Amino acid sequence: MMVVVIPVFAMTFAFAWRYRASNAKARYEPDWMSGKIDAVVWVVPALIVTSVGIHVWIYTHSLDPYKPFDPSVKPIQVQVVAQDWKWLFVYPEQRIAAVNELAFPSGVPLSLRITSDTVMNSFFIPALGGQIYAMAGMQTQLNLLADEPGAFVGRNTQYSGDGFADQQFVAIAMSSENFEAWVRKVRESGKALDDVAYADLAKPSIGHPVAYYSNVPPGFFDKIVLKYECGPACAQASERTDAGSE
Amino acid sequence: MLGRLTIEALPLYSAIAAGGALVTVLGALAAVAVITWLGAWRVLWTDWLTSVDHKRIGVMYVALALIMLLRGFVDAIMMRAQQAVALNSDGYLPPEHFDQVFSSHGTIMIFFMAMPFLTGLINIVAPQQIGARDVAFPYLNAVSLWLTAAGAGLVLVSLVIGKFSTAGWTGYPPYSGAEYNPGVGVDYWIWAVLIAGVGSTLTGINFVVTILRKRAPGMTLMRMPLFAWTTLCTSILMAFAFPAITVVAVLLELDRLLGMHFFTNGGGGNIMNYANLLWIWGHPEVYILILPAFGIYSHVVTTFSGRRLFGYTSLVYATCAIAFLSFTVWLHHFFTMGSSANVNAAFGIATMIIAVPTGVKVFDWLFTMYRGRIRFHVSMMYTLAFIVTFVIGGVSGVLLALPPADYLMHNSTFLVAHFHNMLIPGALFGYFAGLNFWFPKALGFKLDERWGKRSFWCWVIGFYLAFMPLYVLGFMGMPRRMEHYDTAAWQPWLIVAAIGAIFVLFGLVFLVIQIAVSFQRRAELKDWTGDPWNGRTLEWLTSSPPAPYNFATIPEVRERDAFFDMKNRRIAYAKPARYEDISVPRNSPFGLIVGGLAGIVGFAMVWHIWWLSAVALMAAAIAVAVRSSNDDPDDIIPAADIAAREERRLDEMARAPALPSADGGVAAAGAALPGTAT
Repeated sequence: MMVVVIPVFAMTFAFAWRYRASNAKARYEPDWMSGKIDAVVWVVPALIVTSVGIHVWIYTHSLDPYKPFDPSVKPIQVQVVAQDWKWLFVYPEQRIAAVNELAFPSGVPLSLRITSDTVMNSFFIPALGGQIYAMAGMQTQLNLLADEPGAFVGRNTQYSGDGFADQQFVAIAMSSENFEAWVRKVRESGKALDDVAYADLAKPSIGHPVAYYSNVPPGFFDKIVLKYECGPACAQASERTDAGSE
Repeated sequence: MLGRLTIEALPLYSAIAAGGALVTVLGALAAVAVITWLGAWRVLWTDWLTSVDHKRIGVMYVALALIMLLRGFVDAIMMRAQQAVALNSDGYLPPEHFDQVFSSHGTIMIFFMAMPFLTGLINIVAPQQIGARDVAFPYLNAVSLWLTAAGAGLVLVSLVIGKFSTAGWTGYPPYSGAEYNPGVGVDYWIWAVLIAGVGSTLTGINFVVTILRKRAPGMTLMRMPLFAWTTLCTSILMAFAFPAITVVAVLLELDRLLGMHFFTNGGGGNIMNYANLLWIWGHPEVYILILPAFGIYSHVVTTFSGRRLFGYTSLVYATCAIAFLSFTVWLHHFFTMGSSANVNAAFGIATMIIAVPTGVKVFDWLFTMYRGRIRFHVSMMYTLAFIVTFVIGGVSGVLLALPPADYLMHNSTFLVAHFHNMLIPGALFGYFAGLNFWFPKALGFKLDERWGKRSFWCWVIGFYLAFMPLYVLGFMGMPRRMEHYDTAAWQPWLIVAAIGAIFVLFGLVFLVIQIAVSFQRRAELKDWTGDPWNGRTLEWLTSSPPAPYNFATIPEVRERDAFFDMKNRRIAYAKPARYEDISVPRNSPFGLIVGGLAGIVGFAMVWHIWWLSAVALMAAAIAVAVRSSNDDPDDIIPAADIAAREERRLDEMARAPALPSADGGVAAAGAALPGTAT
C-alpha cells in the first residue's frame, strides 16, 4: 500500500512546490502529455490489485470463520442467542445455559451456532476472531480457538437499541478441569430453562447479570430459530408471545 | 381526525430536545422576519421559488445543502461531545436521543446535504459546459428540487413534532420494524428518503437526457468536459440506483403499516433481502456522491495549473469503469452476514478493482500539475488536500475490502473513519472547491479568498483531528454508535476527535462569514468578464451570472477545451451576424406545489392522517394534470432584447479592471480579452 501512498504524498508536495506560479525557473508546458506515463498509471495499480486480489482469494478461504480448525478434534458446541440486550449461551451437550458468560476450555476448538431472538446483532470477541451477524430465523457459524486460558470481552457490534452500549459479555477460556467444574457449578446452581423462564429472560433488559440455567430441553436452540420460519399462522402466534413479553 | 398526532408529539420531555425544536422554530421565524424586513417576498417568489431556470434551481439546491450541512453538523458535534465525556457515565444524552442524533446526522448528510450540493452544482454548470440553453426537462427539474426540499423539510419537522428514527441512516430491519420501533421516527426517515429519492431519480433521468441530447454542435462525447462526463455517469447511477431505495422504503413501510413481513422477523420476512436491496442503491450512491467531485477536481486542477488535462481519455474511461463497477460490489457492506468464502472473496476482489481506475485518476491529476503554473486558489487548495487525504481513505478502503480484515473492522469506528475519509475529503472538499470555483458564475461575484482559506485550514485540520483517532479507536476495538463505554483507554482519542469537531465548527463559521463578507464586498469582487480564472470550458463563455438563455448564439465546438480554443482563436466574444429570438420556459409555481403536496403526503402518512394524505396526493395528481395540459409553457425573448443585453455585456467587459497579475501572470496567455470580436 505504501507503494501508492508515499509517491502520491511526495508528488503532491513536490509538484505543488516546484510548479507554483511564482517559480519562474520551473518549466511550463501547458500541453505536455505522455502516453507512457498514462499507461504506467493503469498498469501499476492493476498489478498491485492483481497481487492483492490473489491473496484475498487465498486468505478469505483459509480464514473462513465457518471452517473448523482441525476436523480430527471434536470441538465444544455452543449455541448463541442474541436477546435485548444480552447474550444467551446454550451448551446442548451439557444441557446447560449461561447468560453473558461464555466459558470454554482453552486449546479446544469452539464451534458456535448463532441466532437472534430479536433484532439483528453482531457477535464479536475481538481477542479471539472475527464477528458474524446474528439474525432471527437463521443461524450463522463461527469457529474460535483460545490457545491459553484468559478472559476476553465479547459484545454486540450491530446497533440494536437502548441497551446496545452495555451489551457485553465475558468469554472465559479455562483449563479442562476448571471447565468441568464450571459445568458442574452451572448444573447445580442453575434453574431450569423452561418456556416460562425463557420468556422472562427474553424481556428487554440492560446490563443483565450473569445467570445460569440447567435442564435445557433438547432442541431448545432450533426451536428459537424455527419459530420465525413456519408461515403466517405461526408468525402471528410468535408475534403474540413477543407482544406479551414486552 | 389527526391520526396519532397529539399534543404529546411536542418535545417537552427533555430540555435538549425542546431546545433543538426551539432553535428550529426560531430559525424559521428569523428567516421569515429577515425576508419581510428586506421586502424580498416578491423577488423571492418570482425570481427564485417559481423559477425553472437551471442556474437558479442549482443555487437553491446549494443553499438547501448549506443549511442542511449546518443542521447535520450540529448532530456531529453533539455525538463527539457525548462520546468525549461518556466514559462510565451517561454523558448528557440518553441513548434514545443519542440514537436519533446519529440517525439524523447520516440521513441529513447523505440525502439532504451531499445530494442537493452535487445536484445544485450539476444544475448550475453541466448544461453550460455542453453549450446548452437549458436542461431537457426544466419543469421536472423544479419538481426534483422541491421533492428534495420536501424530504429535508420532513427531517426538520421531526425535530419539532415527534421524534426522528433511532435506526441509523440505513434503517436496518427488524429494528426499524413496527415491533421494535412503533413510534413515528422510522416513518419520518422512510418518507423523507422516499420523497427525496424520487426527486433524485428524476434528476438522474433529466441529466442523462440533457447530456445525451442537448450538446452544442461539435461537442462529441469525447470532447465533453470531465465534469459533464461525471455528471452523465452520476445521472445514470441515480436513475438506476435510486429506484432500489424507493422500493426498499415502500416495502419497509408496508411491513410497518400492514405487517407484510418483507424484511421483519416472522412470516418469511428476511433482513438479508433488505441489506441487499439497500446496498444495491447504497454502493452506487457512494459514487453518485464522489464522481461529480472527481469532475470538479479535474477542472480546478487544469484551470489553476494553467494546463491541459493530463490523460483525458484515461480519466473518461476510469470514470465509466468506476460507474459500472459501483454496481458490482454492494455485498462488501455485509461480509459478516455469513456468505460463503467464494462469495466474499469475489466481492472483495471486485471492490479492489475499483481502486485501479481511482488510482489512475489521482495520478492523472498529479501529472496535470506537472509542468504547470499552479495558482493556490481556495479551490486548488481543497484539491491538493483531497489528493493527499483521499489516498489514506483509499488504503483503509482496500483494507476493509479484505473479508478477513472486515470480520474484525466491521461496525467499528475504523469503518466510520474510512467512509468519512472518502466523503469529506473525497466528496465534500470537491463540493467546496466547486463552490469557490463556480460561485462567481452562479451569482456574479467571487468569494472572498482570505476567509475561504481560513475555512479551508480549519476543515483540513479538523478532519484529521476528528477522524484519525477513529482509525486508532477501531484498531482498539471500539464499535460505532456507542452512547457510553467503559474502556478508559478510548477516552483520550475521543477527546482529540471532539477537538477536531471544534475545528470543523470554525471551518463552518468561517464559510458562513466568507459568504457574508463576499456578499458585502460584491461590488469589489464582481466578476466582470464571466471568466474570472482564465477558464477552459464553455461555462466561462457566458456572463456571470448567465443570461436566462445562457448563450445568445450556440457555440461551435472544435476542441476539448472548447472555450480555451475559442479564446486562442480570438472568437470567444465575436458578435454574431444577427441575434434570434430564444424561447425559455416560463416560471411556474408548479414544482413548488407538487413538492409541498408531497411533503404533506409524507407528514400525513407519518402520523396516520389517512384522509389528508389522500387529499394531498389527489391534489398533486391534479396539479400534474393541469400543468401537463398547458400547451404554451414558454416565453419568447425577442432578438432585440438579446442584442441589447449582449451589447451591455461587451461594454461591461471593456470597462472591466485588469486582472491582478499577482496570481502568476498566467492570465496573460490567451486571457479573456474583451472586444476581440472579429
